Amino acid sequence: MRHLHKGVSFAIGLTLLGASLAACGGGGSTSSDGQLELTIGTFTNFGYDNLITEYERLHPNIKITHHKTGEGGPYHQNLITKLAANSGLEDVVAVEEGHFSDIIDKSGKFNDLNEIGPKDVTASRWLPWKYDAGKDKDGRLIGYGTDIGPLAMCYRKDLLAAAGLPSDPEGVKSLFATWDSYFSTGQTYVDKTRKPWFDASSQLYNSMINQLDTGYLDRNDKLTIETNPGIKAAWDRITTAIGQGQSAKLVAFGNEWKTGFQQGAFATTVCPSWMLGVIKEDAGADNAGKWAVTAAFPNGGGNWGGSYLTVPKQSKHPNQAAELAAWLTAPEQQLEAFAAAGNFPSQVQALSSPDLLSKTDPYFGDAKVGQLYAEQSRKVAKAQYKGPGDGQIQENVTSPALQAVEQGAPAAQAWQQVVDGAKKIVK
Amino acid sequence: MSVTLAGRTRPPKPPHGAPVKPSLRERLARWDIKVSPYVYIAPFFVVFGITGLFPLLYTAYVSLFHWEVGDDHPKFLGLDNYRELFGDGQFWHAVGNTLSIFVLSSGPQIVIAVLLAAAFNTRLRSPVGWRVGVLMPYAASLVAIGIIFSNLFGPRYGLVNSVLEAVGLDRVEWQSNRIASHLAIAAMVNWRWTGYNALIVLAAMRALPTDVMEAAVVDGAGAIRRFVSVTLPMLRPTLIFVVITSTIGGLQIFTEPKLFDAMPGSNNGGSQHQFQTVTLYLYQSAFEGFDLGYASAIAWLLFVLIVIIAVLNYVLTRRLAK
Repeated sequence: MRHLHKGVSFAIGLTLLGASLAACGGGGSTSSDGQLELTIGTFTNFGYDNLITEYERLHPNIKITHHKTGEGGPYHQNLITKLAANSGLEDVVAVEEGHFSDIIDKSGKFNDLNEIGPKDVTASRWLPWKYDAGKDKDGRLIGYGTDIGPLAMCYRKDLLAAAGLPSDPEGVKSLFATWDSYFSTGQTYVDKTRKPWFDASSQLYNSMINQLDTGYLDRNDKLTIETNPGIKAAWDRITTAIGQGQSAKLVAFGNEWKTGFQQGAFATTVCPSWMLGVIKEDAGADNAGKWAVTAAFPNGGGNWGGSYLTVPKQSKHPNQAAELAAWLTAPEQQLEAFAAAGNFPSQVQALSSPDLLSKTDPYFGDAKVGQLYAEQSRKVAKAQYKGPGDGQIQENVTSPALQAVEQGAPAAQAWQQVVDGAKKIVK
Repeated sequence: MSVTLAGRTRPPKPPHGAPVKPSLRERLARWDIKVSPYVYIAPFFVVFGITGLFPLLYTAYVSLFHWEVGDDHPKFLGLDNYRELFGDGQFWHAVGNTLSIFVLSSGPQIVIAVLLAAAFNTRLRSPVGWRVGVLMPYAASLVAIGIIFSNLFGPRYGLVNSVLEAVGLDRVEWQSNRIASHLAIAAMVNWRWTGYNALIVLAAMRALPTDVMEAAVVDGAGAIRRFVSVTLPMLRPTLIFVVITSTIGGLQIFTEPKLFDAMPGSNNGGSQHQFQTVTLYLYQSAFEGFDLGYASAIAWLLFVLIVIIAVLNYVLTRRLAK
């Protein structure tokens, strides 16, 4: 914009100002005809469109405005800013798991749903680990769980068969039973084919960290990176595998990673439930039937992704907002959202629904993906505590450092980068 | 219009005795003459005060605090943020990256722009077509250019590396190698701005008086001599403008390095901050680290840096063109 004419930029500025002022007026209020107005903010696709119409039909006195944002990143940045400003947030606000630690850090700005929500909504609605992760340190319930991302493994059948490894979903389970078996199979695969075993080291490393009892921060929000032996062990394990040529050295979700799916540049990848859609899109129709998914994940299970519905204190109608959030996160509604958008439900009852269990995916050889991920969701042991800065350490410290190792930096030097970077974030 | 007459139409002083008190009408007229010009230009300064000066000063105020997003009681630190910043290796690394990308982009850009303008100033067929042609990259969306160039410079599947390999050269690690990443980003900047600057220089060239040039021809100066000794010195004001605007833009470069990062949406500027610029670091501090005080301190140091380099460039350009 550096050469933009001043008058033009001023006009744009005024327009933006006007637009943002207009947008600010959207807080919950009572409209002239006595209807109560509620607002809800979500990102990407929660599959709520029909559900919201349905809720309005069931509650004729309530009118709902749904603010949808395309991308999660800007959505959450906006959320934090409006939280700080104490105004502008919707009555019901969706928060993604990865950003939830930043929200919990400011949990005083949110309502306790156990206090204001309907009394018949109890912990038994959700998988225990999902429910627990929705609470802050004082045990206040900040978010009702919506969906989850249970972890499984996806692999290229043809590439495994070509390397003389088992390739049917039952046969590969033993290869993916533990991290030891996973990386030793990787070594065998690399020795035989001279091709990389997995896509990007950060994908595996993050999964290993998530399985630890304590993550980057302990419950006192102290950095554990130098004292927690599990973190260094995971680091050593993954950097050794990089050294053996097991990594395709692609940056997860980047352009070349997507091309890597088309080219068959790697044989396995970490596969949360939503990853099936990503693989289909990136690998494309040409590779249909080559990818498979199996109900196994090294060292048990894990979760990556999924969201919560919260009611910030700035809402003028917290009780009605909590009621809406409770209704949307009920098993029946989340099953409809699953049908509409594929978001895997976190409600115990939904996980045993025949609709979900019978769901198959032709792209992955008609695998029973509903049943498979329901099974994986029960393997998650417990929710790891995520302190403030946890997500930032993963995004801005460990992932770039692993990328540096993949680009040829010595592992010891990159580890120092991790320690220094994490200390800078958690001051 | 009456401004120039104002001085002359002032009523003559009475020859002796006490000065006559001017009538209200006369006073109003005098006020009109004195104040009106300022009122006419006021809208710009009022708007600038609100949208430019106030944020500038408020940023300076914020930079004196430990101020997190959502902090109700920011802690006063004095100059501690600046002290920390001066000792922050990542900041100086980012300054180095920014200067390197700036030199790699602005330098070639201005030289090529002047040469292009000189070429356009000759008799070309369909001159409008050529001019629109060089302006096309400027009209394209910056984000689109960013995405296309980061694909072209992809270390693994990028077109540039494929071509290098096809002609028997080594592949270049565009992401991990610091200088290579700067070159790739500078290529993006040059692609977008060279044509624009060429047209500004061309406009200035066409406005140059022809008699000087004719005199040089009569004196027997060749084309190159005329260009170096007559055209360039007369282009000085335009070159100063082009250099200063590209300094301001070049030191604030943000979108290009952000989109160039292989990790989508990342503000890290590469795995070891190879191409993290000052504005990326500023943005990361403010909106990922939520440390507004520190980010404000970065913003102020960047401002000072830009002023210093703009002044330096101004002086240099004046000297060189003399």
